[in-house]
Amino acid sequence: MSIFEYNGSAVVAMVGKNCFAIASDRRLGVQLQTIATDFQRISKIHDRVFIALSGLATDVQTLYQRLVFRHKLYQLREERDMKPETFASLVSAILYEKRFGPYLCQPVIAGLGEDDKPFICTMDSIGAKELAKDFVVSGTASESLYGACEAMYKPDMEAEELFETISQALLSSVDRDCLSGWGGHVYVVTPTEIKERILKGRMD
Amino acid sequence: MECVFGLVGNGFAIVAADTSAVHSILVHKNNEDKIMVLDSHKLIAASGEPGDRVQFTEYVQKNVSLYQFRNGIPLTTAAAANFTRGELATALRKVTSFPTLSYELRGVRNPYSVNILMAGYDKEAGASLYYIDYIATLHKVDKGAFGYGSYFSLSTMDRHYRSDMSVEEAIELVDKCILEIRSRLVIAPPNFVIKIVDKDGAREHAWRQSVQDVTTASV
Repeated sequence: MSIFEYNGSAVVAMVGKNCFAIASDRRLGVQLQTIATDFQRISKIHDRVFIALSGLATDVQTLYQRLVFRHKLYQLREERDMKPETFASLVSAILYEKRFGPYLCQPVIAGLGEDDKPFICTMDSIGAKELAKDFVVSGTASESLYGACEAMYKPDMEAEELFETISQALLSSVDRDCLSGWGGHVYVVTPTEIKERILKGRMD
Repeated sequence: MECVFGLVGNGFAIVAADTSAVHSILVHKNNEDKIMVLDSHKLIAASGEPGDRVQFTEYVQKNVSLYQFRNGIPLTTAAAANFTRGELATALRKVTSFPTLSYELRGVRNPYSVNILMAGYDKEAGASLYYIDYIATLHKVDKGAFGYGSYFSLSTMDRHYRSDMSVEEAIELVDKCILEIRSRLVIAPPNFVIKIVDKDGAREHAWRQSVQDVTTASV
């Protein structure tokens, strides 16, 4: 079994009309055994930028701590929040620093940029950025997620419809992956509010 | 074959660990205490390579005491758990240097092979249990277990656990888990120690012994 599949994860982000949604599963496992069903994979960097990390849980936690630290330092120096594009470049640089002993995570970054334009991107474990206009996926269920998102996605969805679409895509994909699931965690972010919701899917 | 498990009840946390010190096919002793009292209100139940288990938990214990001496107040359970995770995470990827062609051959340090369940009681947060595995994955849990025994104890706890259990009910559940491990694990450890932490502090609660150490004097 690959080290990326040790803990199990599923992460997806989608672009809507002046909003974005980012979702993850909630399982923390050790290979075949489930340890917890409330593991947090999505973290808020600031009100308009979220990052979700799939892959090895210990590196998810270490990387999250390093990124929050770097962003806080940026806030102190620049007296403003980071733009999502800038944050993505920071993550990419931090991952490439460890090119020959990488963090075993694949991040998905989603944010609202200038003029409330939504921004999403993903990268591999050594920081190769992949920008997309519609959706990005990551984790052990990524293949199922690609299929489900491609089928269900439409451009310019409003926040409520986007929530429904990303939830259905996530739940149907993790149901085909034994290493991810046990519910879902969805954030839908518009310029005015952040809505956090927990999904109850197949609990197995 | 080391079995460690624990759960959180109503204002207390209980951890149980087997007490066999094993080396290959030989049982050195069967009353080895693997649950260390970290400070007045914290316990660490550790399983894994014996040298790492003792050295690392003692290192954590001394650092927790140092914080208390320096700052006059004890660490919270969450802070101690995060400190432990940080030390494990740092050691995980610490590479001193690549071996050179010259005489110096500084090797790579390897990670600590210790799995930890940290139980503690804080006045504000109440009782809590933290699962920290050997590659520094940290998670706050209501019930947790390590080792082959976890396949039996986790399922038993999933079936019978409630978040507001009393001490008696929790001990009954721990005994159910121990019974399951004894009857279903092929080389099941014979003895267990149970420790509890609540507002009155961390202390030993009971032993469950089916095999006692025999000294030559008694034979």
